[in-house]
Amino acid sequence: MSDNSKDAAYWSANLRLIIWSLVIWAIASFGFGILLRPLLSGIAVGGTDLGFWFAQQGSILVFLGLIFFYAWRMNKLDREHGVDEQ
Amino acid sequence: MSQFVINLLFVGASFALYIGIAIWARAGSTSEFYAAGRGVHPVTNGMATAADWMSAASFISMAGLIAFVGYDNSSFLMGWTGGYVLLALLLAPYLRKFGKFTVSEFIGDRFYSSTARLVAVICLIVASVTYVIGQMTGVGVAFGRFLEVSNTTGLLIGAAVVFAYAVFGGMKGVTYTQVAQYVVLILAYTIPAVFISLQLTGNPIPGLGLFGDHAASGEPLLAKLDQIVTELGFAEYTARNADTLNMVLFTLSLMIGTAGLPHVIMRFFTVPKVSDARWSAGWALVFIALLYLTAPAVGAMARLNITEMMWPNGTDNAAVSVETIETDAQYDWMLTWQKTGLLDWEDKNGDGMIQYYNDKSPAMQEKAEAAGWTGNELTKFNRDILVLANPEIANLPSWVIGLVAAGGLAAALSTAAGLLLAISSAVSHDLIKGQLNPAISEKGELLSARIAMAVAIVVATYLGLNPPGFAAQTVALAFGLAAASIFPALMMGIFSKKINNHGAVAGMLAGLIVTLIYIFLHKGWFFIPGTNSFTDADPLLGTIKSTSFGAIGAAINFSVAYIVANMTKETPQEIKDLVESVRVPRGAGAAAADH
Repeated sequence: MSDNSKDAAYWSANLRLIIWSLVIWAIASFGFGILLRPLLSGIAVGGTDLGFWFAQQGSILVFLGLIFFYAWRMNKLDREHGVDEQ
Repeated sequence: MSQFVINLLFVGASFALYIGIAIWARAGSTSEFYAAGRGVHPVTNGMATAADWMSAASFISMAGLIAFVGYDNSSFLMGWTGGYVLLALLLAPYLRKFGKFTVSEFIGDRFYSSTARLVAVICLIVASVTYVIGQMTGVGVAFGRFLEVSNTTGLLIGAAVVFAYAVFGGMKGVTYTQVAQYVVLILAYTIPAVFISLQLTGNPIPGLGLFGDHAASGEPLLAKLDQIVTELGFAEYTARNADTLNMVLFTLSLMIGTAGLPHVIMRFFTVPKVSDARWSAGWALVFIALLYLTAPAVGAMARLNITEMMWPNGTDNAAVSVETIETDAQYDWMLTWQKTGLLDWEDKNGDGMIQYYNDKSPAMQEKAEAAGWTGNELTKFNRDILVLANPEIANLPSWVIGLVAAGGLAAALSTAAGLLLAISSAVSHDLIKGQLNPAISEKGELLSARIAMAVAIVVATYLGLNPPGFAAQTVALAFGLAAASIFPALMMGIFSKKINNHGAVAGMLAGLIVTLIYIFLHKGWFFIPGTNSFTDADPLLGTIKSTSFGAIGAAINFSVAYIVANMTKETPQEIKDLVESVRVPRGAGAAAADH
């Protein structure tokens, strides 16, 4: 395979990963934390509901997980596609 | 030893530490001044980014805003952390691969246009100066309290310190100093929170204590807080009372603004490898999360403590008496903060007691009339004082109070210094060397960098005397500006080959100008009080406050860029190749060595 088509495959794998990560990013914050909070109101967490927890703490933990997952996955992808910095 | 002396000792010792490190690592060449020779480990870089990032807004202001509003201000928590996801996924690795020093260099090269570079510099300067105004507000509160002078005097002293400090070294000095500042500020934030969480809930981890039980009543802490604030006519703490659209837009503005702020992005130019840029963003968020997971606990617990102090026998019985406030050692903090002019009370009905309640609530007005109250008597409680006053409110040992003083100043100083560095590099490196006088000597470049810092701090101090809001609110405006101007240009530059020079310039200008006008219409032209036509309580467009407009500005930026790019000449092939090369990490070292 030429460098160009290899790079294109790498890039589209990266884009897929980014899109899925951003979907999770949005669900944890805008979803559970704000818009979907009424749906989570039945789940009690320490005097309030799960939506409040997501808005104040849960979303932050999800963000952390996402960034480390992405870094780990991308560094692996770099090697698989031979585009890492030797 | 008096509290004043203890504060001075803590603040003095921490300053000596930072200045010592700055001298030890003083910048020699311009390359070191901006990017520390690219020798910074991801964990170190993450810690320095965290210190740079967590400013007076996060440390001094944010918990206070959450405390007095509750759930609705969760936007600050989600917004200022969620932006790191965007940064890590959409910008950091590619900008590191590109391998230049500044954000506007990337925009200038990618959009093959010195006009684009110039517009980017202007956007950076507008956003950064607004940000520094917010910092100066926080610096004024902190210096005012710990030197026991008025807010204004505190601000002037603080400005002089910030300037002296930022001029000392470049990025390298700043990187290692900021690691020290991170350690000071995180200890200063969490130690009092641990004490308070233990007092109230018996749980040593504040973030868990928040969702635990209130030891005194046995009820869940948040249920207890909801009950006590609603009894006084305030909005329920955990409920959503704000408008949904505004909350979503505000959170989004803070997130994309985070990913568009030059002093944070610059950090990712200083790691050795592209893969390190990805890890760095994660490490930065780890260190930031330590404070952000604690902040909502600090806010809720402080609100409970303050309310209980004003109603020591419960809200059904007599309020605290003026005599108690003036004589009881537990209430000393109220007397010291009264001196700064940021806290005040008045016995309006002359009954010798201070009734603290929401006098705008109809139910409370009835109750007040029956009890002979004539309005809320805790007449002034500036939200920016909450975190600094917190250890005194909870009656913690005096060394904790001194530590908080040092931490608050570390937060404000580190960010102000990072921003001044971003402003000065924008002016000297991008504007003067890049546009006006490419032949300038290294010495001339460093000199112009320092002059730019001086001008920026004078402007910010002047505007900080009459700030457009509490520290975190002013800072939120800066995020809106960065969101509307820089972030879309960077993202399109990496993810779209279609956007050309004209598209990028038109997009940035449209985003910046529309957002700036919207902010000025609500906050006054150039933030001069009284020149506004609207207020955030009754905004121009529906429920959209000026702090939330950044997301809309960004949408305008994207659309204008897309439309203009479609109408003008296609991006040349060599630029398409540049975009291709930025997208793969291979060869990153070489790109850096070119410079």
